[in-house]
Amino acid sequence: MSKVLIKGNEAVVRGAILAGCRNYFGYPITPASEIAETAALYFPRVGGGFLQAESEIGAINMVYGAAAAGVRVMTASSSPGISLKMEGISYIAGAELPCVIIDIMRGGPGLGNIAPEQGDYNQIVKGGGHGNYKLIVLAPNSAQEMSDLTMLAFELADKYRNPAVVLADGYIGQMMEPVKFPQPVTSFPEKDWALKATRETRDNLVTSIDLDPDLLEKHNEKLQKKYAIIEENEVRFEEYRLDDAEIILMAFGIVSRLVQGAVDELRALGIKVGMLRPITLFPFPKKQIQEYAAKSSVKYFHIFEMNNGQMLDDVRLVLNGSKPVKFYGRMGGNVHSVKEIIEQVMKEMREL
Amino acid sequence: MANTKGYVIVREEECKGCELCVEACPVDVLIMSPRLNKMGYHPSSYTGEGCTGCGICFYACPEPGALTVFKRWDLMEENERKEAILAIENGQRVKVS
Amino acid sequence: MSVSSKILQKSESFYNAYERKQGGDPISTHYCPGCGHGIVHKLIAEALDDFGVQDKGILISPVGCSVFAYYYFDVGNIQAAHGRAPAVGTGYSRANPDSIVICYQGDGDLAAIGANEIIQAANRGEKMTVIFVNNAIYGMTGGQMAPTTLIAQRTTTTPLGRNAENEGYPLRMSEIISTLEAPVYVARTKISDTKSINATRKAIRKAIKAQVDGRGFSFVEILSACPTGWKMSPRESEVWIEEIMAKYFNPGIYKDTIDTRQPKIQQKLIVDPKDYHELLDISTASLSSLEGVLPVPPVQEMIEEIKIAGFGGQGVLSLGYVMANIAMGHNYEVSWLPSYGPEMRGGTANCSVKVSHKRIGAPVVAHPTTLIALNKPSMAKFENEITSNGIIIYDNSLIDTAPQRKDVQVYAVPATELADKIGSTKSANMVMLGAYAALRGYLDTAYIEWAIPQIIKKKKLQELNIQAFKTGMEHIKELLKKCVN
Repeated sequence: MSKVLIKGNEAVVRGAILAGCRNYFGYPITPASEIAETAALYFPRVGGGFLQAESEIGAINMVYGAAAAGVRVMTASSSPGISLKMEGISYIAGAELPCVIIDIMRGGPGLGNIAPEQGDYNQIVKGGGHGNYKLIVLAPNSAQEMSDLTMLAFELADKYRNPAVVLADGYIGQMMEPVKFPQPVTSFPEKDWALKATRETRDNLVTSIDLDPDLLEKHNEKLQKKYAIIEENEVRFEEYRLDDAEIILMAFGIVSRLVQGAVDELRALGIKVGMLRPITLFPFPKKQIQEYAAKSSVKYFHIFEMNNGQMLDDVRLVLNGSKPVKFYGRMGGNVHSVKEIIEQVMKEMREL
Repeated sequence: MANTKGYVIVREEECKGCELCVEACPVDVLIMSPRLNKMGYHPSSYTGEGCTGCGICFYACPEPGALTVFKRWDLMEENERKEAILAIENGQRVKVS
Repeated sequence: MSVSSKILQKSESFYNAYERKQGGDPISTHYCPGCGHGIVHKLIAEALDDFGVQDKGILISPVGCSVFAYYYFDVGNIQAAHGRAPAVGTGYSRANPDSIVICYQGDGDLAAIGANEIIQAANRGEKMTVIFVNNAIYGMTGGQMAPTTLIAQRTTTTPLGRNAENEGYPLRMSEIISTLEAPVYVARTKISDTKSINATRKAIRKAIKAQVDGRGFSFVEILSACPTGWKMSPRESEVWIEEIMAKYFNPGIYKDTIDTRQPKIQQKLIVDPKDYHELLDISTASLSSLEGVLPVPPVQEMIEEIKIAGFGGQGVLSLGYVMANIAMGHNYEVSWLPSYGPEMRGGTANCSVKVSHKRIGAPVVAHPTTLIALNKPSMAKFENEITSNGIIIYDNSLIDTAPQRKDVQVYAVPATELADKIGSTKSANMVMLGAYAALRGYLDTAYIEWAIPQIIKKKKLQELNIQAFKTGMEHIKELLKKCVN
């Protein structure tokens, strides 16, 4: 396999094309613009279509239209742009259309800045748009995973007829790292629900409206069942030096890279720490967290995020008071240093 | 059955009594029926005489299937007419041989 | 006269029974008596029948009274968010160009919340037909003001009548759309009597035919009755369209360039998946082809954090890119991170490169072990950040004051001058690469010379870059000799 030094944002597009994505609709925004730029170059080369939409709202609705046709389709943006897309995301989830959305998170709220942050966790994992829907959320922590998880996102989106989000931050989007690309996907699931402009598919209907409360409730229940199946089957996570860990550090995305570095240094000092990194934020690795919480050797959990403690809430819900939880967050585009993480771990150890 | 050139069949249960067809008919052969349909409207109805088959009422009517206009009713066989009426009553399209 | 044309009946493009309609009445539509939607529906369905495109038909229904158009049309149906039908249509049409896309929209949908989507789709000349039903009011939500509500017209949100001072003027969408280059057909019609219904029928057929023939974007605005919202009888409504509405919204054909436009031929490019890696520049951008060709020294245990900074245009980012690629070719873990955004546009640029024997954490370099400074502001910005025992390589042809730090090694390399002498100041960054390689010593010289042209593909600069690299190396060797002496 060829190894290429490449930006996370560029790896996304190559991964998407290798996964069979053929239509891209998007709007430029820092720090996600390279995705649109790379897509503009490569989609036409492989017989696909690229369109710079008039707006984020336009882009997500184009995704809705193309997804209805049964093709693999994607869009990408960064935090403020994702806020604008929320209407369309809710419709896509309601109409059960598969698509992939990339969010290269930046500092907020508002216009914020273009530095990396993880402040969209709640927006993407908990909703953001209206209604009882869930998105499949994948959180890469390297350029390699930007490609791998984008490919996986297409697979899961089709499998569950659900939008899937690759939730990354400005660093992962902007940084270059060596990436190995696999061979292209060549077999795709049949989509008998799609509108193919043929007699056979004429009766198919793409909609999210249902005026009858009983029927809409039934539809919602069906969605919840689907989400339960996703929770059962699609949890992905990384365990790092957890076997005998007394302190479990948790982080997702770029922060996990720093936490991993801190784990090594703390281990060298004889402190028994390990890292649990959720790769899927929905489904969230609940069982795995509970299993570790049940171990008597585990003293507490320490959460590191580039936000005000958003994944933290999910960890607390899962633990339900069974183990103490500590948190240290950076915001505004600042990233923890390894040294800072080590200091925080030491400080909490002393306090307990 | 009247042997006029054209003929209009009103599917009464689909009619909302807006009167647009009655107003549009150039030869005044459509009237509002004194009957009430299941929706509580007085449907329009063909007097049975004088339709020219011009089709103006068809396009004036906002309901897709409320009016069917036969341009050459006079050329249709009796069994063809019966089949056509039956099809319309059953909410089917009139099959054209 | 064909046999079928002897009967005017419900189109095949309608369902016989409206089974999707909830509430037990599959016979009649949900529209109010005298509502114009039904007439427009009939004209569209008839055209789809007549052009033989029912199977290819994709109807996009809006938010508004016609949200349930899919109860009736026996074609492929998509229900769109408020105002977004042209964007949804764009997505569909591009994903499946072999379709006939009809965007059906009302006035609030098209001219208010979706004003941008319609203008942009029209301006791109999307392969679609937009049917715009203008009844100057919000019907479904209960009679509020529309963007096309007339001056003095009373609605539930303009109880005293629309006042231009407060609400502005009714939007004339056909006129606006017709100013655009791309649309091939723009017409406004009305449905208030036999003659005008006939004109509407013709316009709808023409618009759909234009799409069937691949000519591009077509648009028909129809002045249509909302007796309920207007609080009038169906007959009074027709009079109101004639006497009031059509006076402000003049019916007519605003644009017709169908015959002058060549049909767009959709050529589908089919690519063999085997070729993807080459088309995506994966195989060609890879340095792995070097593996085994040239021997590289064994990987050393190290964490090298490099900051390269200078003006935009000095090749700061590409120097980092080349270094990271070469280190990757030496089997190191690497990362490269640019300063991005406004910072970049402000005229200064910097990038962070990390090289290590083990997995790299964050790509950020806060405290560099090596600083390569190509201008004065960069030196000022990063001098104090460097770790003690680190090294500073600076371009003393542009930086006239030496760094003050005493706990670091400092090397002055007049990179810009040296590059200028050999042919181009653009190669100053490669002079710096040579200096760096000579000082750090973990990268193989022959390998670098081989790799530079693989990474920087500009033919013109290839020879020059290698020469610049050698010049940088020589300069450091000379410096070190002098120090020893």
